[in-house]
Amino acid sequence: MGLTGLEIYKQLPKKNCKECGQPTCLAFAMALAGGKASLDACPYVSDAAKEALDAASAPPIASVKIGKGDRELVIGGETVLFRHDKRFEHPTGIAIEVCDTLSADEVSAKVDAINKLVFDRVGQTHQVDLVAVCNCSGDANKFVETVKLVQSKSNYPLILKSEDVDAISKALEIAAEGRPLVYAATAANYEAMTEVAKKFQVPLAVKGDNLDQLAELVEKVVALGYKDLVIDSGSREVSRMLADLTQIRRKALKERFRPFGFPALAIASNDDVVKEAVDAGVYISKYAGIVVISSADPAVILPLVTLRLNIYTDPQKPIAVEAKIYNIGNPGPDAPVFITTNFSLTYFCVAGDVEAARVPAYVIPIDTDGISVLTAWAAGKYSPEKITDDLNALGVKDKINHNKIIIPGHVAVLSGKLQELSGFEIIVGPRESSGIPSFLKQRWNA
Amino acid sequence: MAVSILKERWTSKLYETTIGTGDKAVKFGGDSTLPYLQFEGEIPNRPAVALEITDVEPTDWPDFLKAHWEGVLADPVAWAKQAAEYGADLIALRLDSAHPDKGNASAEDVAKTAKAVADATDLPLIVIGCGVEEKDGAIFPAVGEALAGKNALIGCATQENYNSIVAAAMVNGHNVIASSPLDINLCKQLNILMTEMNLPAERIVIDPLIGALGYGIEYAYSIMERSRLGALTGDKMLAMPVVCFVGQEAWKAKEAKDVESPEGQTWGEQGTRAILWEVMTSTTLLQAGGSLFVMRHPESLKKFKAHVEEISKSNA
Ligand code: B12
Ligand code: SF4
Repeated sequence: MGLTGLEIYKQLPKKNCKECGQPTCLAFAMALAGGKASLDACPYVSDAAKEALDAASAPPIASVKIGKGDRELVIGGETVLFRHDKRFEHPTGIAIEVCDTLSADEVSAKVDAINKLVFDRVGQTHQVDLVAVCNCSGDANKFVETVKLVQSKSNYPLILKSEDVDAISKALEIAAEGRPLVYAATAANYEAMTEVAKKFQVPLAVKGDNLDQLAELVEKVVALGYKDLVIDSGSREVSRMLADLTQIRRKALKERFRPFGFPALAIASNDDVVKEAVDAGVYISKYAGIVVISSADPAVILPLVTLRLNIYTDPQKPIAVEAKIYNIGNPGPDAPVFITTNFSLTYFCVAGDVEAARVPAYVIPIDTDGISVLTAWAAGKYSPEKITDDLNALGVKDKINHNKIIIPGHVAVLSGKLQELSGFEIIVGPRESSGIPSFLKQRWNA
Repeated sequence: MAVSILKERWTSKLYETTIGTGDKAVKFGGDSTLPYLQFEGEIPNRPAVALEITDVEPTDWPDFLKAHWEGVLADPVAWAKQAAEYGADLIALRLDSAHPDKGNASAEDVAKTAKAVADATDLPLIVIGCGVEEKDGAIFPAVGEALAGKNALIGCATQENYNSIVAAAMVNGHNVIASSPLDINLCKQLNILMTEMNLPAERIVIDPLIGALGYGIEYAYSIMERSRLGALTGDKMLAMPVVCFVGQEAWKAKEAKDVESPEGQTWGEQGTRAILWEVMTSTTLLQAGGSLFVMRHPESLKKFKAHVEEISKSNA
C-alpha cells in the first residue's frame, strides 16, 4: 500500500545532497516507498511535504490500542476487504456492557459472570476483551462509583460510555492508567471531549448520527490534534450498520479516505439475546473493530468467540498440532490408543472428548499437513501406508501391552489394509468424537 | 460533509431459481450485489428456508432437537405437515433409507415415500439422496419420475453421479443440487458438465459442502464470497444460487449437543446455545452469499427469518 517512489519523489527537495545517506533524492524516495528509510533522514523536506507524505504513507486503517499489559487489545490495521485476499489482522474486540443503574451487587454479579467467560478452543484460550461501563443513569458520581467497582473486580480494559464530559473526566481520574476507550465524542461535545482524551492520553471513540456527520466530526477532532480514534456511524439497525461498516472499510482501503481510516465500533446490544448475538455476528464478519453487546450469557458468547476465531483465522495456514503421542490423563500400557489427524480442530475435538470420558488414553495425530480426517483421507494423506509409517516412527508398539488402535468411524474403510500393514488390531470408533465416552464404556476393555 | 457512497459496478448477477409450482412456489437468487448491500444493487428475493425431514427415524439427533418433532419422526408424511405448520418455505426430504447401512431401500420404495410426502404438502420439495453417490445415481430416475411436474430440487449430484440425476431432472422437470467439496474449480467444472447436458443454468443450485460454526465454516465462507464475486463479475458458471445444509452440520457440533460434560456445563443453557449454533451458522453464511438454507430446528427457522426481515431493510 502507500505511495509509489515516484509520488514521494515529487514531494522531495530534489537537492541530491546525499545527506539522507542515499545517492539521490530519487533513491531516497524509492527507499521510503519500500519502507527501508524514514522521512526524518532528509533535513530539507518542507512541512507541507511532510504532512502530505505522513498522511499518505500512514496505513489505510490505523491500529489502536486499548488497555495495558496482558489484556491490551489491538484493533484496526486492516488491509483487505475479503479474508481470502490475505487475512483479517486484528480480531474484533468483544465488549460487554455494565450499566451504572445496577446496584453494587448486580454490578459485581455481572462482572463475575464476565470474568467466567473463558473458553478453550483448539488449544487456545478465548474470552471477551472489554467491559463497557455505561452511564445509563446520567449521574456522574454513580458512573464513577461503577467504574471503580468494575475496576476492582476485573482486569479487563474498559470502555467508558458517556457523552457527559464531566462524567468522563471524573472517571478518567481513576481509570486513565488502564488506557480505557472513551465513548464518545459527538457533535455536541467533541471539543471538550477531545481535550479530555488528549489530557489523559486515552483512545477516543467518535460517534456520528450517520456517515456524513461522522466524517465531518472525525475531521474536526483530527484538526484539534487528536488521532487515537475509533469511529461509530451511530447506526443501530443491522442492515444500516452493515452498509456503514462496508463503506467505512471500502473508502478507507480503496480511496484512502482519511476520516474513515480508523477501526470501527458497532453497538449490537439488544434485550433480545438472539438478535443481539446474530447482529454482533454480522459485525464480526463485516469489519467491526469492536462490537458491544449486553449479555454475559456463555451460551451467547461461545458462538461469538468461535465465529471470531473462524473469520480471523489466516486462510493461508491451517492451524496444526505437532504429530506425536499425547498422553491424556496418566495412561499406562493397557490404555486405549486413538489415531486422529494433526489438524488442530480435529485433534482438540478428539482430545477433549477422550478427556471427558475420564479414561486415561493416548491420542496420536498423524501428520496430514493440518487437515481434517476426511479431507486428509480424500487427499491421500491419511492412507494405511502413511499411518503405519507414523506409528512405527513414534514407537507406539513399545508403549502398550495390547495390540489395538482405534480409528475414526469416518474412515472405517481403512481397517483391512491398515491391519495388514501395521500389524495392529483395528477398532473402528464412532464417527463423531462426541461418541467416544459412550464408545469407551461399551467397547473398551483391553 | 457529504460522503460519496462508494459503489462497485458489478456487471452481472445471480440466476434466479424457482422451486415448486403454484402459490407456494419459492423463488431465490437474482442478486446483483454482495449480500444485503441494497445501496448497490438489487436483492429481488428473500433467502428461502427449508426444514429437513428424513424417511427413517434419525438416530443421531440430540433429544433437544427431537423434542420439537415428537410423534412424527418415524412418519415422513406427518413430519412434512408439521414442518409446514412451523413455517418452512420448503420441505427437504432426505432419503436415508436408501443407504446401504440403513436398510438399503430400493429406488421404487423411496420413490413411493417421496410421492407420499409430495401429495401431503403443497410446499415445494427438496429431495436429497442418502449420500452414497452410486446409490443416489440409481434412485433418482425413479424418484424424479414419481415427482414429475412438481418442479422439485433434487440431489446431491456429484462428479460421479450427475449424469443420471441431471437426466432425471430434465425428463421430469426438476432442478438439481450440484455438490463439490469447497473448491471453486471443481464447482465450476461440475456446473459446466451439467449445463453441457442441456440442463438450463437457472435450474442448478450450488452446494459448496459447508461446515458449521467452529467446524470449518471459514472455508465455506470464503469459497462462497469468492464465488459470489465471480458471479457478479460475469462468471456464469458460478452464478447459481447457493444452498447451505446448515442443520446437518450444526447439529453435529458438540456445542449444540452437549448437556453433560464438565466443559459443557460452563457453556450456558443448551437450548439457547444450540439454537444459536444453527442460526449463527446460517446468518454468517447469509453474509457470505447463501440463498437457500436447510435447517432442522423450528425455532432456528423462526429466529433466522426474523433476522432476514431485519437485514432486508433498505440501506440504500
Ligand atoms: C473444511 C474442509 C476442507 C478444507 C480443509 C480444512 C482442513 N484444515 O482440514 C479444504 C477447503 C482445504 C478442503 C479441501 C478438500 N476437501 Co474438504 N472438507 C472440509 C469440510 C467442509 C469440513 C472438514 C472439517 O474441518 N471438519 C471438522 C473436523 C473436526 O472433522 P474431522 O477431522 O472429521 O474430525 C471429527 C471426526 O472425524 C472425529 N474424529 C477425528 N479423529 C478421530 C479419531 C478417532 C479414534 C475417533 C473415534 C473419532 C475421530 O471427531 C471429530 C469431531 O467430531 C468437509 C465437509 C464437512 N462438512 O464435514 C469437507 C470434506 C472433508 N472434504 C472433502 C474433499 C473431497 C476435499 C478435497 C479432496 C477436494 C478436492 N478434490 O480438492 C480437498 C483436499 C485438500 C487437499 N488436497 O489437501 C470431502 C471428503 C469426501 C470423502 N468422504 O472422502 C468432504 C467430506 C466433503 C464432501 N462431503 O465431499 N476441505
Ligand atoms: S537529504 Fe533530502 S535533499 Fe538531500 S538527497 Fe536526500 S532526499 Fe534529497
